Amino acid sequence: MITRPKPQKNRLRRTMMFMNAQKPGLIKDAYIYGSDSIILDLEDAVAENQKDAARFSLYHTLKTIDYGDTEVIVRINGLDTPHWQEDIRCVVAGGADGIRIAKCESAKDVKTVEEHALAAEREFGVEEGRTLIMAALESPKGIMNAYEIVTASPRMFGCAISGGDFRKSMHVQIVKGGIEMLAARGQMLLAARAAGVQCFDTMYPNIDDMEGFKAEVSQNREMGFDGKSVVNPKQIQFVHETFAPTKKEIAYAEKLIRSFNEQVDAGVGVYTVDGKMVDIPFFEDAKRILALARACGVYDGDL
Amino acid sequence: MINAVGREIPDELLKDGKEVYQGKFYMNGKYVKKDSPRTKRYETPQESKVCKNIREASEKCGAHDGMTFSFHSDFRNGDYVASMVAKVLVEDMGLKDLTIAATSLGSAQDLIADYITKGKIVGIQTSGVRGRIGEVVSAGKLKTPAIIRSHGGRPRAIEAGEVHIDIAFLAASSADCYGNAKGTGGKNNCGSLGFAVPDSHYADHVVVITDTLLDFPSLPATISSIDVDCVCVVNSVGDPAKIASLEARMTDNPRELMMAENVAGIIAATPYFKTGYSFQTGVGGPSLAVTRFLEKHMVEKNITMGFALGGMSSAICKLQDKGLVKQLLDTQDFDKGAIEHLAAHPDHHEICTSQYANPANKGAYVNKLDFVVLAALEIDTHFNVNVITGSDGVLRGAPGGHPDTAAGSKCCIIVTPLVRGRMATVCKDVVTVTTPGDCVDVLVTDYGIAVNPLRSDLMECLDKAGISYVTIESLQEKAYSLVGTPDDLEWEDQVIAIVEARDGTILDVVRRIKPLQLD
Amino acid sequence: MEIQKPGIAGTLESSDVQVSVEPLAHGIELSIESSVMNQYGRQIKATVLKTLERLGVKNGKIVVIDKGALECTLNARVECAVFRSAGASEKNIPWGGIVK
Repeated sequence: MITRPKPQKNRLRRTMMFMNAQKPGLIKDAYIYGSDSIILDLEDAVAENQKDAARFSLYHTLKTIDYGDTEVIVRINGLDTPHWQEDIRCVVAGGADGIRIAKCESAKDVKTVEEHALAAEREFGVEEGRTLIMAALESPKGIMNAYEIVTASPRMFGCAISGGDFRKSMHVQIVKGGIEMLAARGQMLLAARAAGVQCFDTMYPNIDDMEGFKAEVSQNREMGFDGKSVVNPKQIQFVHETFAPTKKEIAYAEKLIRSFNEQVDAGVGVYTVDGKMVDIPFFEDAKRILALARACGVYDGDL
Repeated sequence: MINAVGREIPDELLKDGKEVYQGKFYMNGKYVKKDSPRTKRYETPQESKVCKNIREASEKCGAHDGMTFSFHSDFRNGDYVASMVAKVLVEDMGLKDLTIAATSLGSAQDLIADYITKGKIVGIQTSGVRGRIGEVVSAGKLKTPAIIRSHGGRPRAIEAGEVHIDIAFLAASSADCYGNAKGTGGKNNCGSLGFAVPDSHYADHVVVITDTLLDFPSLPATISSIDVDCVCVVNSVGDPAKIASLEARMTDNPRELMMAENVAGIIAATPYFKTGYSFQTGVGGPSLAVTRFLEKHMVEKNITMGFALGGMSSAICKLQDKGLVKQLLDTQDFDKGAIEHLAAHPDHHEICTSQYANPANKGAYVNKLDFVVLAALEIDTHFNVNVITGSDGVLRGAPGGHPDTAAGSKCCIIVTPLVRGRMATVCKDVVTVTTPGDCVDVLVTDYGIAVNPLRSDLMECLDKAGISYVTIESLQEKAYSLVGTPDDLEWEDQVIAIVEARDGTILDVVRRIKPLQLD
Repeated sequence: MEIQKPGIAGTLESSDVQVSVEPLAHGIELSIESSVMNQYGRQIKATVLKTLERLGVKNGKIVVIDKGALECTLNARVECAVFRSAGASEKNIPWGGIVK
């Protein structure tokens, strides 16, 4: 029987890989590819008449497979289906790290899931508040309500846009350069940063188009995302490389922190490094970059 | 008697000088007296050796009860000839007590399984036993134990006279009326005909069977007319779709790609990876993909390969065309790209199995091999590999060049998933040893890498390159933790196959499996 | 639990197992087919019987066609087939109770 350590709200989530919870051959060792999180899917990947079987399979998987440091999130069925309540009982009883709410559109959706998660935690003797929540925003309404959604629960660790459904409701197709979802991505990022939670981009559906995938991942990082959903293990490595701080960024962050420590001792507020004005927020960001670099395994310095 | 890989070999098999396996290179330096064929003189000039059918050719060669016939497997799963000939010998001519000595047997020869069951064929000597033949031999239907030899062990045994071939029926893609034959130039090309060559030299009689008769003299030829008694022309020697695919498919399975990338990384981390290095890989799953990842390392470090050995595919041919590989030494061709390349490229050479891997000659190419990447059905914590029996104890594999390249190469890398379904590939004891553990250096699985403790030098290389590895015991424990500890198989006393080491000693035996009956 | 009507769960894909159950008046009748029979036949039988006992199934005909499933998959398929046969597979599953 596997008992997973208490989930952390703030952790490295560069990649979240989707896996069909109904496929024994896939989920038995989905962690070997090294994605930061895996999402066992009870929703779209599972046929309507196999939802019950998928839950039995999921429960035993959670109880017997040692996923180690890989975070295990379960995507539950939408709140407009007859499945989500049992999904939540199964997820909580099995001890998954978190729930991904599909098609989340309001704070009420989050609170509903939260209530049921709490009830399940009480039913199954799981520590209250253990089960984390993330929201998948799949509609214009979800995007418009992004801030109320991500601030609706202390369990909320982040939100992700789900491109497939979202593009359909906006009457657009995937476009090179990402103009079709630029506003939505931007709005969601603003909401997430304002709430202090993480923000993840949608998966790139065409797994054979590595060039298009790489362009999108690079843009994700430039926009400020924390990570990306992936659907094939071969997408993982590039995301990890791209989201890790560069050598230049690390060197600059180190320099900032060292100089800041000196300036504090001398009682100075605003000063310049490499000819640029810096102050406290620069220092905070530098600390974040070094922490991220350490978590990504590209920094082992002493700061 | 217990041999050097810990296997109990029944004493009754240890006669006529047969010994148990004593460790690699045990026979080094010993002298051998080569066997010679008893061949017929053709002094009277004849216009043509073409016979009207296989039966006439067989009768001219004096086919009778109790003989040993040979076939080669360069036409792989597409071969029509072995079944066609067996049918003539058994059904048309009514022969019995026959022994078949083939380079491999598989589903293309399923018909032979019937003749085994009927007791017409009483002996099998081969490198591979797949398909129905594997099932009937495993079920104990063959009168004598099958003898399993590697690609190098087979020409050794032929030269030593341990198997004496009465008539070799050799399929060829094209031939002239005197028997100059090859694997190209015909309707159904197989490329290299390297498996057929030792038989053409050592069989008492040689019958070439082709579907494409070319003008005399058809030169250059792999099989020379001076060795050939008869030529038969048939409609088709094989099914082109099964002889070779258009291009051996590169896997897109992420698990296999991950393992292949790790194999390439290990190769690049050793001191043998320098310009002029040599390499062999297989065509299945992760093995072929290694070629692709290796290319990246070669370009990055500006390194070129001296020669690639063994079975060829389009992937390695393309590498040669890019100037990254100097020579290809080819025993068989897995796809049409490689077949055409053999005919077109001057540095793509056909070699025979003796040149390739025979441990008893004066220096086979495997002995100059730096790296070989091989698959496995099972590998145990002593690094012993099994490529002949499934973990249910049934014959379903082929050593091929596995034991030869493992023994000859400087770095032998086994690549295999940790488990297949509920079968633990990395296990405590392999069902059958086909490649001894002292020839195996590195294991790459989807759950991690293990290095043979005998190779601390390779461990240092990996340490330097920042490649982490674990003990093979920890991989085995991980495998059992996933699938559960398997029950021991139960066996009858009957030995159904003898696995010969490449040097001719006995490496292991396969007994008849007692299938589990639940009450 | 009681097997009330025929129920089936699982597929014949590699690494999966198909379990079908149907009512039987007296006792358990179990038949097992497996691609890993020689190594795991006994363990498969023990797992199925243990799971049935845990679910309190006393009577029923059980057919297991295994394609190399791990034990956790076998457990899940047996449970699902039994719950389906009792019309109780959709909600209020006793997770951690008789299902564990």
